[in-house]
Amino acid sequence: MTDALDMAIDAKGLAHRFGSSVLAVDDVSFAVGAGEIFGLVGPDGAGKSTLIRMLSTVLRPSEGDADIFGASVLHKPAAVKRRIGYMSQRFSLYPDLTVTENLSFFASLRGVPRREIRPRSARLLEFAGLTEFANRQAQFLSGGMKQKLALAVTLIHEPDLLFLDEPTTGVDPVSRREFWRIIAGLHRRGITVFVATPYMDEAERCTHVAFMDGGRILFRDTPTGLKARVPGRLLEVCTKDQRKARALLGPYPWALSVTVLGEVVRLIVALDGPSELEIQALLSSAGVVTQCVRPVRVDMEATFAFLAEEARLDREVAS
Amino acid sequence: MESAIQLKALTKRFGSFTAVDAVDLDVRRGEIFGFLGPNGSGKTTTIRMLCGVIAPTSGQATVLGHDAIKDPEAVRRRIGYMSQKFSLFEDLTVDENLRFYAGVYDLTDEKFAARREYILRMADLVGREGELTANLSVGWKQRLALGCATIHEPELIFLDEPTSGVDPTARRHFWELLYELADSGVTLFVTTHYMDEAAHCSRLAFIYNGRLAACGTPGEIRALMTETVLEVDVDDAEAALLALERVSEIREAYMSGAVLHVNVGASSPASVVELLAAAGVTVRGIEVVDPTIEDVFVHLVTQQRAAGETLAATAPEAVAVPNPPVSGSPDA
Repeated sequence: MTDALDMAIDAKGLAHRFGSSVLAVDDVSFAVGAGEIFGLVGPDGAGKSTLIRMLSTVLRPSEGDADIFGASVLHKPAAVKRRIGYMSQRFSLYPDLTVTENLSFFASLRGVPRREIRPRSARLLEFAGLTEFANRQAQFLSGGMKQKLALAVTLIHEPDLLFLDEPTTGVDPVSRREFWRIIAGLHRRGITVFVATPYMDEAERCTHVAFMDGGRILFRDTPTGLKARVPGRLLEVCTKDQRKARALLGPYPWALSVTVLGEVVRLIVALDGPSELEIQALLSSAGVVTQCVRPVRVDMEATFAFLAEEARLDREVAS
Repeated sequence: MESAIQLKALTKRFGSFTAVDAVDLDVRRGEIFGFLGPNGSGKTTTIRMLCGVIAPTSGQATVLGHDAIKDPEAVRRRIGYMSQKFSLFEDLTVDENLRFYAGVYDLTDEKFAARREYILRMADLVGREGELTANLSVGWKQRLALGCATIHEPELIFLDEPTSGVDPTARRHFWELLYELADSGVTLFVTTHYMDEAAHCSRLAFIYNGRLAACGTPGEIRALMTETVLEVDVDDAEAALLALERVSEIREAYMSGAVLHVNVGASSPASVVELLAAAGVTVRGIEVVDPTIEDVFVHLVTQQRAAGETLAATAPEAVAVPNPPVSGSPDA
């Protein structure tokens, strides 16, 4: 058990209502230990952004409360704000200010002591790999660099907990990796990171992942633990006729999830389902030529597809 | 086969900055053509020139047989465009958005009625015609945006990061719609940062700093990678990366989900294992894998950056995360 001192986030029955009926976040309770990289995944409209905005005191919960390092978001928002940084999907930088000017502006806004601003900015620029762009206007930075500057700005008051709402959306694969190297660096320093992401390879890099759907957190586990919830084997079917293969396999009860991913069809087969050879034979008898049917390690991408499908079926049963 | 898009030395300069630099390209009709590159490499600028929104500095662009520079109006009537910022009116209903775009393209009432019915069904929006667009989920908005972009049945559609920020399941559904469009003979020109989507394309072009760096089928692009790629499962990825980056023979090392991908370059799998052991990293699994499109993307960017640096002899732009002083690290 983690005791309260090691707890970064302790949410108790958090709910948010838009208007009179729609529950964007519905009675969510969970804890995040200090030092975790906590990933929040789930379908669009699951309530991820609303949850983050409540935890970062931007939005007042309709019900429930959350403690951030022991301080309540309802009753001690100022104390919470001092300990956290929040980078929203639409972060704002001043396009006509340079990288350094943006940093010092936000530093004074966050009450960083004057003589600390310069050394702290220099450290953050070094850390974010932006030192040589210090005098460039923000509007002339590439998308990936803007993202890093926004992160540096979020870190200027040295928060212990960082909320990142889809920080790498629209960022290319190389810049995304660089961004995550920085996150890994923060993690090594003991900073807690709470990140919502639509990228499943990023979810793999978290210490803990929560799966959210319909305003609720349905699962919370380590990536390994979440992946272990998939009750089957993951197979890759290499074929030129991907969509036909998918249509053929989909209806079988042992096919827990069938998706087209890039050049292959990925299939989760129930543990008592057919073998690779049997599946190959089945496809070939229907005229689908396969180059291979091979087992691969279950990853978060497959896990997401499975959990999202389960959640959808549960909802249909309920309604 | 006839070309949908033909570019000859297409160039766009903004002041002293060359955003698109002498790009030659030939996109055939009925293709799903993937246009890849890092942020700021010139993808959107190229698309804007092809749609006749901005004029090139020099070069030629022929779109569906029309000169995109001299006759942008003729081009615009026959193409569709959808961007990451869906151009929907949030305060209009689903129906009103469709009606607006039908008006833009002068659809007859009869034609509109038929297209409306088709799009509502395609986008899974039947029964939601009267709903405010602002209240739709991202996945629905995205499908409605595609519907609006295709209301006039264009022969060629430009999709600029259409799935940015969309969840994995909704992304799949969206690509199903793109496949249907391609099956009906429509040419699709797509930019994306999702490399699994790139693998869906019939051909890919890779652009870096405004220049075309590679072009071919996904298979041809993957064949550009002649070096051995290892997939390595380790206990401490960060420590492993720091150790591997110190060795100049190793071309690239980076995270691919929970595991490392290592382009061994002039080194060997055996020496990678030795190196990691020496750094105190436990290797739980290691195997040679076929390079993915993502591996090639990282490779091309790294290679181009290195070439650029040699030319300009400037300091590397690559981010160097220093090993920070560890205080109470949560790593075991």
